[in-house]
Amino acid sequence: MTPPPVYAPVPLKPRKLKLATVSLAGCFGCHMSFLDIDERLLTLLELVEFDRSPLTDIKTIGRCDIGLIEGGLCNAENVHVLREFRANCKTLIAIGACAINGGLPAQRNQRDVGQLLRDVYCAHTGTLAGSQVPNDPELPLPLNQVHPIHEVVHVDYFLPGCPPSADAIWSFLNDLLTGVTPQLGHKLMHYD
Amino acid sequence: MTDDVSPTQSFSLDGDDLPFASGETILQAATRAGRYIPHLCWHPDFAAHGSCRICSVKVNGRVGAACTVQAAAGLEVESNTPEMNRQRKTLLQMLFVEGNHFCPSCEKSGNCLLQATAYQMGMEGPHFEEFYPNRPVDASHPDILLDFNRCILCELCVRASREADGKNIFAIGGHGMGTHLLVNSASGQLGDTAMSLDDRAAHICPVGVILPKRRGFVIPIGQRRFDLKPVSQQREGDAT
Repeated sequence: MTPPPVYAPVPLKPRKLKLATVSLAGCFGCHMSFLDIDERLLTLLELVEFDRSPLTDIKTIGRCDIGLIEGGLCNAENVHVLREFRANCKTLIAIGACAINGGLPAQRNQRDVGQLLRDVYCAHTGTLAGSQVPNDPELPLPLNQVHPIHEVVHVDYFLPGCPPSADAIWSFLNDLLTGVTPQLGHKLMHYD
Repeated sequence: MTDDVSPTQSFSLDGDDLPFASGETILQAATRAGRYIPHLCWHPDFAAHGSCRICSVKVNGRVGAACTVQAAAGLEVESNTPEMNRQRKTLLQMLFVEGNHFCPSCEKSGNCLLQATAYQMGMEGPHFEEFYPNRPVDASHPDILLDFNRCILCELCVRASREADGKNIFAIGGHGMGTHLLVNSASGQLGDTAMSLDDRAAHICPVGVILPKRRGFVIPIGQRRFDLKPVSQQREGDAT
């Protein structure tokens, strides 16, 4: 009997984690603060691969490990995209004040949304006579009120700030990528 | 509070012996000893109010508010424990969703006791659904602005106006969820009261309700009160 062949173990290269990001009713400021990690972005790119994001050209989200959501929910398309992210991301993170509690856009919750649209599109100084509120079905309808994302889907982590500092985002992602529960501490925790 | 502190009279706070004077509450004795127990509605110059419940501690195994429970010899008080801090975080999350606490545009940000206490308790998110209250601001006074959507009903302005200023300008009205701060004038407007920027009540608000006009955003970021040190390492005093 010949002994079974012995195979040398193939060294496993760790799979890069997939990261998706999106801005809903956001200002892109959280994404800018993310880019403020500067050259550390190159280190990050050795560990993660971007899926759908404003920084890539990928139109629909695939299976991902981490989803970063900036902005609250102000219209129907925001809700649709948020649900897609939740369905595809193992870990979903609300980043910034808007995603966490609606943020400054939620100050519109003190007004009637129809009146706001009429004020801006019909009555505002500079609008032409006969101007109408846009009504093409291509456009997503605004919600009555702005909502934080955790009121629609389960959120795994909150990363506060308007925006969170680059150091806070870096520390948070490092903890997450090394399997540690993210803790910001006094220096990195702020809501403003 | 008296200075008659007898070292034989002591209770245990998180395992350490703390002396107290007769008549002192747990929070008074702890504060005098430089021990931080989180709180919002308590102020050393005024009688305890007991509304915020943030100072809740375990006294001999039962939860009580440290600002109202009198110190007694031999009490076993637990304050800085994971269980109590978790409950405090929940209370803070309740306060945050009940109001419109949009810190990014609030001029009290960095100088706000509610915000600083939430940082201290590691509150990352709101957990509960937002109430989004819709109470109009009162800008009728020439020097002072009121934003009622940030009020945590600590009643410090009510107490300061009644006891320190003798003007009795503020009151708490309504019931249950409708409870709100109101102004004691026939019109309900601050402009029709004797309120002055020199009043103690104008500077006691621990959050961003009572604000001096034309004074917002004067302290650079990084130099605001709670930028410098976390609330647990600061001395007691007025909000501004």
